[in-house]
Amino acid sequence: MNEQLKKITEEALSRIASCGTQAELNEVRVAYLGKKGEITQLMKGMKDLAPEERPAFGQMVNDLRTKVESAIDEAAAAIKRKDREKRFKEEEIDVTLPAKKMHIGHGHPCQRALDELERIFTGMGYEVVEGPEIEYQEYNFTKLNIPEGHPARDEQDTFYITDQILLRSQTSPVQARTMEKGKLPIRMISPGRVFRSDSIDATHSPSFHQVEGLAVDKHITMTDLKGTLTEFAKELFGPDTRTRFRPHHFNFTEPSAEMDVSCFKCHGKGCRFCKGEGWIEILGCGMVHPNVLEMCGIDSREYTGFAFGVGLERIALLKYEIDDMRLLYENDQRFLDQF
Amino acid sequence: MNTPLSWIKDYVPGLSCTPQEYSDRMTLSGTKVESYEELSKNLEKIVVGKVLSVEKHPDADKLTICQVDVGDHTVQIVTGAPNIHVGDSGMMVPVVLSGGKVAGGHDDGPRPEDGIRIKAGKLRGVESDGMMCSIEELGSDRNAYRDAPESGIYIFGEEMINEYDLKPGDDAIKALGMDDVVFDYEITSNRVDCYSVIGIAREAAATFDQKFVMPNIKSSGNSEDAHDYIKVRVEDPDLCPRYIARVVKNIRFAPSPEWLQKRLRNSGIRPINNLVDITNFVMEEFGQPMHAYDYDDLAGHEIVVKCAKDGDSFVTLDGQERKLDGRTLMINDAEKPVGIAGIMGGQNSMITDHVHTVLFEAANFNGVNIRRSAQKIGMRTDASSIFEKGLDPENALLAINRACELVEELQCGEVVGGMVDVYVGAEPQKRIAFEPERINALLGLDVSVEEMKKTFSKLELGFDESTNEVLVPSFRRDLECTADLAEEVLRFYGYDKIEDTLPVGESTNGRYPFKLLVDQAVREVAEFSGFSHAFTYAFESPKAFDKLLIPADSELRKAIVISNPLGEDFSIMRTQTLNAMMTALSLNYNRRNKDVMLYDMANIYLAKELPLKELPDEREQLTLGAYGQYADFYVMKGVVEEIFERLGLRDKIHYDKDCDRPYLHPGRKADVVYDGKVFGFLGEVHPDVSESYGFKEGVRVYVAVLDMPMLTELASFDRIYENIIKYPANIRDISMLVPKELPVGKLEDVIEEKGGHILDEYHLFDIYEGEQVAEGHKSVAYNLSFRAKDRTLTNEEVDAVMEKIIAGLRELGAELRS
Repeated sequence: MNEQLKKITEEALSRIASCGTQAELNEVRVAYLGKKGEITQLMKGMKDLAPEERPAFGQMVNDLRTKVESAIDEAAAAIKRKDREKRFKEEEIDVTLPAKKMHIGHGHPCQRALDELERIFTGMGYEVVEGPEIEYQEYNFTKLNIPEGHPARDEQDTFYITDQILLRSQTSPVQARTMEKGKLPIRMISPGRVFRSDSIDATHSPSFHQVEGLAVDKHITMTDLKGTLTEFAKELFGPDTRTRFRPHHFNFTEPSAEMDVSCFKCHGKGCRFCKGEGWIEILGCGMVHPNVLEMCGIDSREYTGFAFGVGLERIALLKYEIDDMRLLYENDQRFLDQF
Repeated sequence: MNTPLSWIKDYVPGLSCTPQEYSDRMTLSGTKVESYEELSKNLEKIVVGKVLSVEKHPDADKLTICQVDVGDHTVQIVTGAPNIHVGDSGMMVPVVLSGGKVAGGHDDGPRPEDGIRIKAGKLRGVESDGMMCSIEELGSDRNAYRDAPESGIYIFGEEMINEYDLKPGDDAIKALGMDDVVFDYEITSNRVDCYSVIGIAREAAATFDQKFVMPNIKSSGNSEDAHDYIKVRVEDPDLCPRYIARVVKNIRFAPSPEWLQKRLRNSGIRPINNLVDITNFVMEEFGQPMHAYDYDDLAGHEIVVKCAKDGDSFVTLDGQERKLDGRTLMINDAEKPVGIAGIMGGQNSMITDHVHTVLFEAANFNGVNIRRSAQKIGMRTDASSIFEKGLDPENALLAINRACELVEELQCGEVVGGMVDVYVGAEPQKRIAFEPERINALLGLDVSVEEMKKTFSKLELGFDESTNEVLVPSFRRDLECTADLAEEVLRFYGYDKIEDTLPVGESTNGRYPFKLLVDQAVREVAEFSGFSHAFTYAFESPKAFDKLLIPADSELRKAIVISNPLGEDFSIMRTQTLNAMMTALSLNYNRRNKDVMLYDMANIYLAKELPLKELPDEREQLTLGAYGQYADFYVMKGVVEEIFERLGLRDKIHYDKDCDRPYLHPGRKADVVYDGKVFGFLGEVHPDVSESYGFKEGVRVYVAVLDMPMLTELASFDRIYENIIKYPANIRDISMLVPKELPVGKLEDVIEEKGGHILDEYHLFDIYEGEQVAEGHKSVAYNLSFRAKDRTLTNEEVDAVMEKIIAGLRELGAELRS
């Protein structure tokens, strides 16, 4: 009996070992463990044994079955592993073949710069406001303390439609429009297209974009202006950026200033990028002129404010090191693809 | 404004600083230095030499050998200069000693950054030790040094030798006035006083805490009285608050002395002769334009200041005939106009070489009127650009007296005593209440009253202790209110010294208006769909309409016209965006860029009436344009639908192919209709149009335009979740043969209508025409999915609906295929 079991065991294990596929293995499984399989038959044959022999025999057959079962499972796992390996080998691809891209489009550098400006200022509590591009001279000039006949009207070579209506030469009229609404305090920025009669060259365009900023409240000071714009410069050009304020003149602010930032290429040491100065002029700003506040119906003894205007193209040119403004309006796909 | 530092130092004798310090501090106190140039840059070891002898070079016809006394020794220099001749001697010339440097070559070409080092050497075998210099080699030109030869060595003139007592070995750079630094300032328009050496000197004195010394103008004139020579009548004192006339007789033209030439030269002005130089000098020094008339040309020896008549014309001294209007102020004699006030004199009273007696005019004109007239006439001159800023009437008196003093000093003529001064009278003293706490509140500083007063006093602002008012001198036209005083305080406190704070007080929400949120969403869809953001111009040429085949009577042609455009190409405000898009695509096409896809989000400008009385309707348009392998009609349609979906507009979009879009391919165009309204259009660009933008026949260009205000009005980002239906769908396929010209949209209308509420979704999965399909027909197949929210649909229910759909389709002429 024992001999027979031993033989079956050896036979079974050897057949299992010789199996190369799951199908062959299945045959073996059926041959031993199936309804008519050898081991099943042994179990069935137990009834012919003397009752006292049955437990021992049962135990032995069970052991045999367990052994064969686990040998089959192991073999099955090994074959699966082998099959997988074979498949992986066959299915190997060339990962260096070209990607299947969705060919997503690209943003314009000016829009990218604007998005960043808007992110910075909305984060500081500024609302984004828009105004008309074709504007009354009254808003573009008069309400900004530039009365008729004032030479400052010539400084911004303005395109006129009629005596009274023009292409706005700055985004500042949105200041007046916002203040006139009378809702205080004000913290707003106003991006938009402006126009000046400049011929197209590497640094000029007859149409470009500005972002105007305005804060009006009680107790707004020049130091607030400086702090706000320094914060903005650090956000835009990096935390090491320093700012320099120089006196300047704008009719609608007093005191007025221009802000330079330390050159972000040479960090202020002076290089070709900043023409050796270490500083790059970025924007004009100042405290809202009391005449402007009053013309817009705000009591200049109670309220003060600051305003600033940034050229968007200038920021884009600096930030992305674009050397010719014309590129911004050509819309060459190879240019746009870089943003 | 270009001004040499030496001139500033004449009035601020205590000023001592490097050019860089000067530049930095002036910039920070408000007089912005754009750049400065050290005239002696790259000029080293250059001395006055005296040519002792000139001999012929033995081996070269064009060369001479000179022995030159350079002070402590004599050097031998070989030169090829055409103005040095064999046998010459005694000339005094600038000599660069060997080891020294000059700024450039002998012609007027570009100069090397680091100059040119001069070494001793041999020229055709003859030792040459150093070099005699031309004016160009010294970094200047004949405009500045009028006595320099057209070609050859600069030879010091008699006057210069005498004036500076030049000896061999002296510093030639100093003698030539090149030991100077010229600063270029950006003067802001409010500081008309700083368009002058005096004004800048005042600022420099205040900046460096030095004393400002006004030039002491000596009285001039003989014992005669100008009133006996000239009568002046001002008919329009509002436009001419002050007119001063002085007379100079026995004019003797001569070159100006070297000191004056040097001043002008270093200010970038070419010296001409004593009379012209004097007016230019005074213009620089006091910022007061003056004019000189030939007294003998003035009929009646009379000046009448009055406006021209509409339609008058006048020949200015540049020989141009100018059209005038009734508001142009003119200077007349007893009979005729002799000059346009503050803009330009007339040819008929111009100073010529034969002048005997000159009338000097120093006047004050109304700036607004001068600006208006200059614009009207189309002639902006140096004088008008100063006058239009509004000058100090007191300045005219200083300037004319300074000029007459110089006339006497230069012996340019005999000044007649006295002057005719027609003046409305000095302006009242301007006063500004001194409110130091408001100044500090505005600045966010705590500057003491003493410090503020100190600043005012160094700016020559007076103070009235009794009324606590700041008294503004007449030359400070810009100071009006407390904010102006605050700026003066801040300028000298230091813009760079104030700290950074952030506004305190009521907090505000940073936010975007809804329109911009819609814009952002649309930009995202466009970019994710493959389109890149283009920026285009808002103005364009009226020719665009023809290129786009827009009919002559189209509303689109009612464009707003710019009255002073940059040229025809930029002369109208666009009423459509296709031209800009086609222009951008065409640029890409010409540069051989493949597969270009662009979008533009910008306004069109629609006038309510023309000429414009009120602001036009500015409507933002989304414009998509594409050519190349990714572009076709249905791609454009896809983006349009994605945009509607992104904006929460989920109803069915209709496409109207019978739209009037002359710029589109007649068989490939559609209006985009939503909620019964036309939101825009899309299609393939008409081949005639793409051809006129330079596209080759057969290149297909696609565009789509959507009106953003209409989208924004309906857009919503609010979403309400609907349960995902857990009951299974009953799916049916339907295949049919339909007439070729029947749009599938009609089939879909039937499918939707008859499918009713249990029709969950459907999609076209096959469309085919050609072989195996009957002539004039196409085969179309749909996949329909039916589903109910609350139960599993029975086949019978779906069958019933399918029958209705099929019946409907048959009515359209569809033959169902099994």
